[in-house]
Amino acid sequence: MMSLIGIAVVIAGLMARFNPIVVVTVAAIVTGLAGGLDILTVVAALGKAFNDARYISVVFLVLPVIGLLERAGLEARARTVIGALRAATVTRLLIAYLAIRQLSAAVGLLSLGGQATMVRPLIAPMAEGADESRHGEPSTARRVLIRAHAAGVDNVGAFFGEDIFLALGSVLLIQAVLAQNHIAAQPLRIALWALPTAVAAFVIHASRLVLLGRRLSAGKPGTDGA
Amino acid sequence: MIGVEWAYRLAGGVFAVIALASAFDKANRKRWNNAAFWGLFAASFLAGSRLGDLANGVLVIAMVAIGGLGGIGLSRPPTTSGAERETSASRWGSWLFVPVLVIPATAFAGTLAFKALKFHGARLVDPAQVTVISLALGVVLAFVLAVVMLRPPPAAPANEARRLMDSIGWAAILPQLLAALGAVFTLAGVGTAIGALIGRWLPMDTRLAAVVVYCLGMAVFTAIMGNAFAAFPVLTAGIGAPLIVGRFGGDPAIMGAIGMLAGYCGTLITPMASHNIVPTALLGLPPGAVIRAQAPTAIAVLMANIALMYFLVFRF
Repeated sequence: MMSLIGIAVVIAGLMARFNPIVVVTVAAIVTGLAGGLDILTVVAALGKAFNDARYISVVFLVLPVIGLLERAGLEARARTVIGALRAATVTRLLIAYLAIRQLSAAVGLLSLGGQATMVRPLIAPMAEGADESRHGEPSTARRVLIRAHAAGVDNVGAFFGEDIFLALGSVLLIQAVLAQNHIAAQPLRIALWALPTAVAAFVIHASRLVLLGRRLSAGKPGTDGA
Repeated sequence: MIGVEWAYRLAGGVFAVIALASAFDKANRKRWNNAAFWGLFAASFLAGSRLGDLANGVLVIAMVAIGGLGGIGLSRPPTTSGAERETSASRWGSWLFVPVLVIPATAFAGTLAFKALKFHGARLVDPAQVTVISLALGVVLAFVLAVVMLRPPPAAPANEARRLMDSIGWAAILPQLLAALGAVFTLAGVGTAIGALIGRWLPMDTRLAAVVVYCLGMAVFTAIMGNAFAAFPVLTAGIGAPLIVGRFGGDPAIMGAIGMLAGYCGTLITPMASHNIVPTALLGLPPGAVIRAQAPTAIAVLMANIALMYFLVFRF
């Protein structure tokens, strides 16, 4: 039970607005010590897991390319292209990206989207461009709301699409955990039963994007989520 | 065989260049902090596999001390003005999208091609690494294309990389740190303790109660850990397997699929998940903006998951 202190450290640290990387590291050390491990073992475990997780940060490799293209006017171009499409609205653009993201994740193509590869260089500026061509230069609050929704669409699409794909980590993890509990389950059935939630998530999030569009048209900058 | 180490060396090289450029940036008051932070990150990528666990752990703690306590400065390397960008944008037109799209296109082609590459029926590259290697390959192609096309000044790639990495700053290592926290939690038996606690204090003598506790537990525990993969084994061993499948005869595939997706609802609302931290930094948003945009969807999908599991899991 003592090992639960680490969770309290995380919650208290984040509420006190300490720097998250400090909070997480302190929580890890406190948890390890409370769980009866010695300090060197905890530091080594921290180091090993950090090292094994380096694959997560490889995505930062795209930043030099994105930076070079931004320097040459990528965001400006993305805004212009969308602004010229009269049918393009924030809602339509984001629903289209949601559908593409969910479908591509469902066939295992998670790398087709992403916050660094698609949202920052293309989707966010396009959404801003679609808004700007109708309502003029957005206020800061309005810009924040639109960008946050561009990021949200990428997450929602990826999360509720990926589990439909058989060979992806999550389906295999579900099968492995069930097997540890002496329960057999077919990966195909696990993937199949992710479908109802995928449909529900699309309907729910697309409806919220329609509401977002109405709020934007009504001229409310919106400080709370639509 | 091309291994993931190849992608790590490339990333290490990029971070090393950023560290060097930071050290020479006299305009940044905290330039030595920046140089040390990115330098250590570079060392982790270049030498992490040979350093040993303890040395890697010391490296992590040094990065946290510099990035979290000392603080790294936001550099302002020279870049183009808004007007210059507009001019350049109208000159290049939609050609500017080509290098951006090369990255996912290569990642896509690479994922398919590498998966098809088999030797005596065994995959040459393991699936987790295929994505990373294809991404790195796509970045190299896109970079070469962008440089040939745009002919930027020699210092521009390093400066642009530094501009964007500094805007992410300490948050760059948070995703890996969270993975490390999860590993320590597992080692210290946090999951087992939580499972025991839930089992002892929450009454789950009806099907509905078991489903509600399992799904809510997945979301809450995922929010605390920042990762549904850490929550799933705990909740499944504590509630899912013994109660929903064992006592009430529910279908394990349905329970597992929907249970994991209930966990993802927790990921959407937690400040602990890299999925929310990275875009907040990348898009220059105030803390919590991404989570506020996602929260209503997370709650609605979580309720949908509870209803779906309750109506489906005992029926098939």
